[in-house]
Amino acid sequence: MSVDVQVRPEVPAAPPSSYNRGRRVTARTVRYGLLFLFLLFVFIPVYVLLVTSFKPGAEAGVSGAWALPQNWTLDAWRSAWQTLSPSLWRSFAIAIPAAVVSAILGSMNGFVFSRWRFPGSEIIFTLFLFGMFIPYQAVMIPLRQLTGDLGLPGGVPTLIVVHIVYGIPICTLIFRGYYSTTIPAELVEASRVDGGGLLRTYASVVLPLSAPGFVVTLIWQFTSVWNDFLFAIFLSNTRNGPVTIALNALAGGQLTDYAASMAGALIASFPTLVVYIVLGRWFIGGLMAGSLKT
Amino acid sequence: MRKIKSWGPGLLLVAPSIVIIGIFVYVLIAATANESLTDRHSAAPAENYVGLENYVNLLDDDRFIHSLRNLAIMTVVFVAGTLFFGVLWAFLLEKGVKGEGFFRSTFLFPMAVSFVASGVVWRWLLNSAQGENAGGLNALFGMVGLDFLQNPWWSHPDWGMAAMAIPAIWQLSGYVMALFLAGFRGIPHELREAGRVDGASEAQLYRHVIFPQLSPVALTALIIIGHMSMKMFDLIMAVSGAQFLTEVPAVYMWQSLLTNDYAKAAAIAIVLLVVVAVLVVPYLVQNARAERQR
Amino acid sequence: MRRTSAFAGLAIAGLLLAACGDDGDGTEGTGAGTGEGSGEVEVFTWWTEGGEKAGLDGLVATFEEECADFEFVNGAVAGGAGANAKQVLASRLQTNDPPDTFQAHAGGELLDYINAGQLEGLSERYEQWGLTDSISAELLEAITVDGEIYSVPANVHRANVVWANPTVLEEAGLSTEAPASVDDWLADLETLRESGIQAPLAVAVDWTQTMLLEAVLLAELGTDAFNGLWDGSTDWGSAEVTAALEKYGQLLEYANDDRASLDWPDAVNKVTAGEAAYHLMGDWTAGKMDADGLTPDEDYVWWPAPGTDGVFQWLADSFVLPVGAPNPAGTECWLEVVGSYDGQKEFNTKKGSIPARTDTDPADYGPYLQSALEDWGSSELAFSLAHGSAAPIGWIDATNSAVGQFSSSGDVAQLQQQLEAAAG
Repeated sequence: MSVDVQVRPEVPAAPPSSYNRGRRVTARTVRYGLLFLFLLFVFIPVYVLLVTSFKPGAEAGVSGAWALPQNWTLDAWRSAWQTLSPSLWRSFAIAIPAAVVSAILGSMNGFVFSRWRFPGSEIIFTLFLFGMFIPYQAVMIPLRQLTGDLGLPGGVPTLIVVHIVYGIPICTLIFRGYYSTTIPAELVEASRVDGGGLLRTYASVVLPLSAPGFVVTLIWQFTSVWNDFLFAIFLSNTRNGPVTIALNALAGGQLTDYAASMAGALIASFPTLVVYIVLGRWFIGGLMAGSLKT
Repeated sequence: MRKIKSWGPGLLLVAPSIVIIGIFVYVLIAATANESLTDRHSAAPAENYVGLENYVNLLDDDRFIHSLRNLAIMTVVFVAGTLFFGVLWAFLLEKGVKGEGFFRSTFLFPMAVSFVASGVVWRWLLNSAQGENAGGLNALFGMVGLDFLQNPWWSHPDWGMAAMAIPAIWQLSGYVMALFLAGFRGIPHELREAGRVDGASEAQLYRHVIFPQLSPVALTALIIIGHMSMKMFDLIMAVSGAQFLTEVPAVYMWQSLLTNDYAKAAAIAIVLLVVVAVLVVPYLVQNARAERQR
Repeated sequence: MRRTSAFAGLAIAGLLLAACGDDGDGTEGTGAGTGEGSGEVEVFTWWTEGGEKAGLDGLVATFEEECADFEFVNGAVAGGAGANAKQVLASRLQTNDPPDTFQAHAGGELLDYINAGQLEGLSERYEQWGLTDSISAELLEAITVDGEIYSVPANVHRANVVWANPTVLEEAGLSTEAPASVDDWLADLETLRESGIQAPLAVAVDWTQTMLLEAVLLAELGTDAFNGLWDGSTDWGSAEVTAALEKYGQLLEYANDDRASLDWPDAVNKVTAGEAAYHLMGDWTAGKMDADGLTPDEDYVWWPAPGTDGVFQWLADSFVLPVGAPNPAGTECWLEVVGSYDGQKEFNTKKGSIPARTDTDPADYGPYLQSALEDWGSSELAFSLAHGSAAPIGWIDATNSAVGQFSSSGDVAQLQQQLEAAAG
């Protein structure tokens, strides 16, 4: 996400222009028609997920995918919960610390890269950014070796460390963009003139203004760590890995219980969806109000 | 240039991140590159360096060429699809509609879901059976009388990978929409007014004033979606599993590791990195240059 | 419940860690292998559902009786035919974090691990446990590498079996007996198509197609030449192989187009639903038929793949002792149970396979397995590539990929060239 994000109130929409009324009504009808059509497109998979998850095993088949359940049951939810719950907690144990620590590092880095630059900081920053775009396959083979050599226990601890590390670039990017638009350079200058060192300036001037930046960063990081599959499948397994691994195993078996895999997909998506619904306004606002630059 | 005393602390604060990124990104890439030059084709350690032999073999390998072709098809459709829907949705919402927040959140929410979870349901929706046994979307087409739309989706031998992009488009169009909405809203109001005063029609206004302003947004979206597509792994594993028909380099690499062919896996990873770098590096360099000129 | 045991395992691991901190390194394995010692034994498999899981539970029950000092820890990784499990395993072996024992197909598939020095030899234990005499001599020969045995086979499955729907066959005027050759089978397929069954041969993803290909090669080349494909004595480039591949191509013309999106149970369902007449699949299919409540001879019939009558294409699940296993004494106790009469009975009656031991009582097994037991004793043995008894994993993967490509290209020359290349 190479977007510099800043959080400020949304710009109000342009006032209606001087259209003639008839055309405006047609245009509006077409617009809403299209919007509802697209809503349908977005909701189709959700419908199938929901409907199937309430079916008993025998009813859940590809052929009757669109029909409502004849016998509603929570069996699938129960069995999916039983299979997924341990890994669900592990996902929390991975995603929360990883998001928090990389957001903190990102905030410090972002501050330096925007308001306390050093010679070569632009080049270093660009090198950081590249780390965000690389296909992680290019580091995976030696990474597995390295985490082993570092003595990190497999599963949760390894994944926390790895997600912190590879989360640094994006978090730095978000905070750098945020600080360079919300924290006036003069404010930092003033603090420096007063003899405030780096840490004091950061703690007393920058940090108090950082809350919106943290919200955006935490949501982003939490979601991407939660949804990660690649690191998880290379560095953990169903016994010590996150919910994506467990869900993949549940849905990828040979004698798949379809209803349970659909319920499982919903369970596994629930936390990130809640985050989006509860905090989404901030996130969208941040994304949308962000000034884009290239 | 200010004195070291003034910028030193900044460098010191970022130093840990620099070291971490240096090791986990650049040293590990070097290690992968190193491995790709060896003859480590089994679990036993490498014995010799073989130069570029692994790369030469890859270029001569039908299977690898096929995986690149798959990747190209999927990427083109994925990028075109998300841009199409993203721009369209942003355009529909741009002027302010009732319930804009609702539409925005709904279009964006698939982004909160992991490919592993959405893959569970897309595997069903993209069921290849047609006619009487049709399932998923094919059955839906059958029900509403659009039978001619039925197709084998991703199991089509030549163009199946285009269908593989559909779940990805579902997932990320909302994100592109958010980028473009921000872009639309970022266009100064005066610019539109000026256009209208000059007597430009609404269509002309979009064509000559607004869309040119959005080209940086389009570039950003292209880079983000493009690099995501090139790394694609989870979605394919979740929808089709690892098999020849839908193999992309990331999956081929995984399969090579499965057979303990470390050197080949490393070579594939490096090729993937180079492909992504060709896309991303010019963008990053341009970004950094623009930044310096500020 | 797997969940609870995993939790218990974690808790115990925590306690053990604490204990280790107290008394230093006093827990070294003795290597005597007579059941002394204690602690956890992590058993790594891809058996997580259905009959496979039930079979594993049966083994565990025996283990808990025989090796009461040890704690079984389920290290199962789910996912089609062990693909995920093998990857996780490769990763753990690479980072020197092997489980105490893992499941692997006996034979060629173990070669990678053996050559990399990741497995301990077990020949001495075989003598000690009296396995040398109770496991079939031919099987023993097949799993011996340079005079050393590295695995304990838990069961034997047969790969070259065709499952057919008798109703569909009869409606098309065909007998429910096996066609004598691939050519006869092709003729029957044509009859079925004329009777209105568009895709009478059900196939699924890549590896199931590899099984079909192997069955054709076995029928057309004969057992010796087929087995020679895996040790280099039969030339993959020969005209005989070309002819067999062409027949395989003809068979595929009668197969369903949506194969890439199906797993084997879906293909079996096509047969039992009457949408297709045949599916070639290993004899674990009998377990699925049972679970679906179908009656043999009435709802389905089975026979050796056409042209392979009297040949038993075998594969065997086996367990090993990895180098650096945390609890070798526990592993040895597990392996002893796996090889024992009771262990094999508990395991196989539930999993739906026949024991690797020769002293089996057929009365313990159902009708399909009884016939398999009989065939196992009286047939010629052939290797299976798709299921790891013939060759290392790299060869399997390259073959699956070539077969997957052929599925859409239909190019016999290219297939043959790629199969030759896969043989390295």
